[in-house]
Amino acid sequence: MINRTVAPPITDAVAFDLRLKPCDRYTLDNQVPVYAINAGAQEVVMIEWVFYAGNWYESKNIIAGTTNFLLKNGTQQRNAYSINEYFEFYGAYLNRSCYNETATVTLHCLSKHVAELLPVVAELLTESIFPEQELAIYKQNQKQRLEVNLKKCDFVSNRLIDEYVYGFGHPYGKYTSTLDYDAVERTELEKFFNQFYQNGTCMVFAAGKLPADLDQQLNRVFGSLPLNSTVLPEVNYSLSPAAEKKYRIINDKEGVQGAIRIAQPFFNRHHPDFPKVQVLNNIFGGFFGSRLMSNIREDKGYTYGIHSYLQNHIHHSAWMISTEAGRDVCEATITEVYKEMELLRQELVEQEELDLVKNYMIGSLLGDLDGPFQIIGRWKTYILNGLDEQYFYNSIDTIRKVTAEELQTLAQQHLNPEQFYELVVV
Amino acid sequence: MITFERFVLDNGLKVLVHEDHSTPMAVVNIMYDVGARDENPDKTGFAHLFEHLMFGGSINIPDYDEPLQRAGGENNAYTTNDLTNYYCQIPAENIETAFWLESDRMLSLAFSKKSLEVQRKVVCEEFKEHYLNKPYGDVWHQMRELAYTKHPYRWMTIGKELSHVENAHIDDVKQFFFKHYRPVNAILVVAGHVTVEQVKRLAEKWFGDIPMGDPYLRNLPKEPPQTEKRVKEVHAAVPLDALIKTWHMDARLDKGYYVADMITEILGGGGSSRLYQKLVKEKQYFSNLDCYHFGSIDSGLLTVEGKLVKGVKMEDAVTAIDEEIQKLTTSLIEEPELQKIKNKTESVIAFEDMSIMSRANSLAMYELLGDASMMNTELQKYQDITVQDIQEYSQQIFQPHNSNTLLYFAN
Repeated sequence: MINRTVAPPITDAVAFDLRLKPCDRYTLDNQVPVYAINAGAQEVVMIEWVFYAGNWYESKNIIAGTTNFLLKNGTQQRNAYSINEYFEFYGAYLNRSCYNETATVTLHCLSKHVAELLPVVAELLTESIFPEQELAIYKQNQKQRLEVNLKKCDFVSNRLIDEYVYGFGHPYGKYTSTLDYDAVERTELEKFFNQFYQNGTCMVFAAGKLPADLDQQLNRVFGSLPLNSTVLPEVNYSLSPAAEKKYRIINDKEGVQGAIRIAQPFFNRHHPDFPKVQVLNNIFGGFFGSRLMSNIREDKGYTYGIHSYLQNHIHHSAWMISTEAGRDVCEATITEVYKEMELLRQELVEQEELDLVKNYMIGSLLGDLDGPFQIIGRWKTYILNGLDEQYFYNSIDTIRKVTAEELQTLAQQHLNPEQFYELVVV
Repeated sequence: MITFERFVLDNGLKVLVHEDHSTPMAVVNIMYDVGARDENPDKTGFAHLFEHLMFGGSINIPDYDEPLQRAGGENNAYTTNDLTNYYCQIPAENIETAFWLESDRMLSLAFSKKSLEVQRKVVCEEFKEHYLNKPYGDVWHQMRELAYTKHPYRWMTIGKELSHVENAHIDDVKQFFFKHYRPVNAILVVAGHVTVEQVKRLAEKWFGDIPMGDPYLRNLPKEPPQTEKRVKEVHAAVPLDALIKTWHMDARLDKGYYVADMITEILGGGGSSRLYQKLVKEKQYFSNLDCYHFGSIDSGLLTVEGKLVKGVKMEDAVTAIDEEIQKLTTSLIEEPELQKIKNKTESVIAFEDMSIMSRANSLAMYELLGDASMMNTELQKYQDITVQDIQEYSQQIFQPHNSNTLLYFAN
């Protein structure tokens, strides 16, 4: 009989030699940089065009998001239906997303169809016309969607907490109202498109089983477009965090849960403490075995899940604690969150717990690097944040070496309830 | 082509191994042949609650998650109306940790009262978060009760009502475990940077001595064929009127299932699909519209669901959907439209198969359906479908007496 009470021996994940696969880099004739990871067994590719066309660059609310959304809704040659039909016929997915600094167009398709699809992507990026009718449908449907979302406590709380942390005048803190949709004019989209897409600043990320001549294909189709030739306007915003720290809001009288958000403004990845704080955050609320989860879900049963994380922004970040808890236990949940902060300030993390978190972080990093899309995703984060692979190796080194004492010092600096905004939306 | 090897332990545990040495990771996936359809109608939500309890400590190991995380692993699980699946991903060097943990909780849980007490609360919060505290959160609760009269698909995986979860008793937990969580009712799939020999040795070592258990003989009440159309009106505190309509479709292994799957793509798959183009873009009756099914093992529901643009009358929305559906029954679709759906299917399968986690899950799923090698013949089943098949099957299922309509009005 085997003795089941004894765990099999393990290799500590911290001992693994983790390598970030280097990415191929080249530039098209117009200086558009391309980053590529050629790997994987399936005959699939992902190609992403990243433009500096996020809401950072808009002068009126949701112009960036609307422009990005309507890129698929009409060119000089095709209407929205034929654009969709073209991509879907090849079993391809063309998605677009608008973020704060950047906005993207992403193609997922079988490797064998790349050549047919690239020219139509280029058409969208150069010939989009933003038909009035498409804009009207978009406004109508987005307003309806917003109306439904505003009934959800989590949606409302996410908007408000960002406003408190960054201020409504900052791209990270602003949000959309029905009136904003009404105010969008076609000509504003054309203008934004002209400046930030047609003549914009672009980079390309590609991953998967790439066609051997992808560089030539990209250069043929995109290399002579007037991209990356004008200097991006320098836009600066000042943060204006709210003065009041605590908020309780009733959004739905009948609500049976409250969305709790507790957050403070935080530095970005360039701060030398950032990787250490990631370790501290993991212990605090960053994974299933974290203290918040063990206490508030696994011991008290107040919630289905509670998480803490550092917001993934480029210029500034925020340290956020987020959960939906039973309406009658919201205040008790907040008390427990602060108790966990206090424990981290007062007591050293025990070696056993620290080792576990280190192993977990390295193991999950290893898993996160499994596959071409994951690898290019990591490269993209580094490149957009002005970092390089050294950041990857430094982070690993930090996870290996960080001590309980250092974590306690960081907790004393950063995990003080009075620094946090606190919000409950029922 | 996904290659795998299969062997069966003496206690009936089926083991599948899929080697992939391009990754440093390994996945251990255990699928138990039990889901919400196997529940007692008075104790619904139990299979899912039970999934939570599987993390509350086993007979020899007080905590499941901690040793796994220490070994650099991550895990999760899900429950559907048909099955329950547990999976972990771990650096391949440490794979034995996963065998140790999974085998001990198959041997026996600790049946901790504290764990039951806490997880009842956690699941109640999950229930509230996803189904009570969201506008339209009860749509599927209502639709299942309308569309099914006998078959246990008439309740949701989370359960019919909160009280069923709140009243779960430790004796129910034990009984459920020893009935369903036995080697003979489970499938183990190991994928990634492992060898068949290694998995054989580890499976024998850790799972070999677990008592076989009795095979579970599923004998669920059959849903009688529907003979007249059902319509239900609901009034709720939501901002927009919504419409959800379903038709009974074939079970997972029947040919009709594949045809139904393609029909959902024709009607609702993407910006060039029929319902989206006609009703969202041209007529502007709906602000969003989806067509889907749940991939149910027993006979499921082909579903159309959407929210009405303000000012549009419910009866006009219903008629407009019926008109589009009628077109599938009265005329053949064009070949290029069928080809588009086939191309899409080819692409979906290729993307799904990228991760070892997803491959392991699919192998377990097909083995549960009868044979894991179906994973490699699935695409062909779609390729074989003709425009005539689409029309004939549409004529078969899109009959008024086979339909269930939920008219969801904003107060």
